[in-house]
Amino acid sequence: MKKILIRYRAFLVVFIMILIFTVLYRKLGLKALSISANSLKEMLFIVPPVFILLGLLDVWVPRETIVKYMGEGSGLKGILLSILIGSAAAGPLYGAFPIAAVFMKKGVKFMNILIFIGAWSTTKIPMFIFEISSLGSKFAITRLLIDIPGIIIIAYILSKLVSKKEVDEIYRKANEIDK
Amino acid sequence: MDTYIFYGVTILLLSISVIKDKKKTRMALKKAWKAFENILPELLVVILLIGLMLSVLNPATISKIIGADSGWIGVFLAATIGSITLIPGFVAFPTAALLLQNGAGHMQIAAFISTLMMVGVVTMPIEIKYFTKKTTLLRNLFALIFSFIVAFIIGLVV
Repeated sequence: MKKILIRYRAFLVVFIMILIFTVLYRKLGLKALSISANSLKEMLFIVPPVFILLGLLDVWVPRETIVKYMGEGSGLKGILLSILIGSAAAGPLYGAFPIAAVFMKKGVKFMNILIFIGAWSTTKIPMFIFEISSLGSKFAITRLLIDIPGIIIIAYILSKLVSKKEVDEIYRKANEIDK
Repeated sequence: MDTYIFYGVTILLLSISVIKDKKKTRMALKKAWKAFENILPELLVVILLIGLMLSVLNPATISKIIGADSGWIGVFLAATIGSITLIPGFVAFPTAALLLQNGAGHMQIAAFISTLMMVGVVTMPIEIKYFTKKTTLLRNLFALIFSFIVAFIIGLVV
């Protein structure tokens, strides 16, 4: 019980703050709570497939296969695969982090992890189709054409800036996500 | 819509997994649950913060801030709003289209959309849990700078 309280302390603090806020500003507070309830519902709808796929990936796909296609020395093939997998995903960015952790466990190169995160964040295929219909193809295609090299450049610079020690620490953490 | 496709694929793969090996499937589901439970505290905080944020920032407020001739200041404001909020794409794009119709510039909208998708201040607690503080801050910083480049090019092209 105490352990649970400690793990959820940030949540409890924010929740109590919102309750106080609601007492002071009733209308805004209630609106905030109802939006939160909606987001929770949405999260519970989106999240199950993400985590089930993560579990299946972890159990079924052998490390050697992933290392071969996306690990050190996977070159252009690894980059393209990272973009493709990230773009094919559905769901908000926070769903990408646990999947990235499983990729780390399986030996995907750090730069490819960052490319995957970048692709998940902004070049999702279903979203692209939606963007064309709302903002026009010129807007959507221009953005996509800037985004693809942008994601790769950001991943490259980041992977150079983050020290080997830090990368090791991130990979070590990834091994603990399902412990 | 894409979530349903995602569900379809997941159910298909899960069924194949059950047929091939029940024990392995159970292990996969156990891992899935553990990984979810592991970030649940952070996820709940994020959800509360989103509620608070969106109760104050609605489309009407946003469109006032990033109007037609708001220029680079408008781009900065749009990027700020995009960075701190988290709106699902199927809400964000129609909102952006509406903002455009109401006279917001393409540059501002590009900054808004790009930061919305790539920069996540509210989701940082989750990102830090996986990527450590330094990497998280750097990634978000680069994504922010990149969004300005996107806004600039969109301003030239569209």
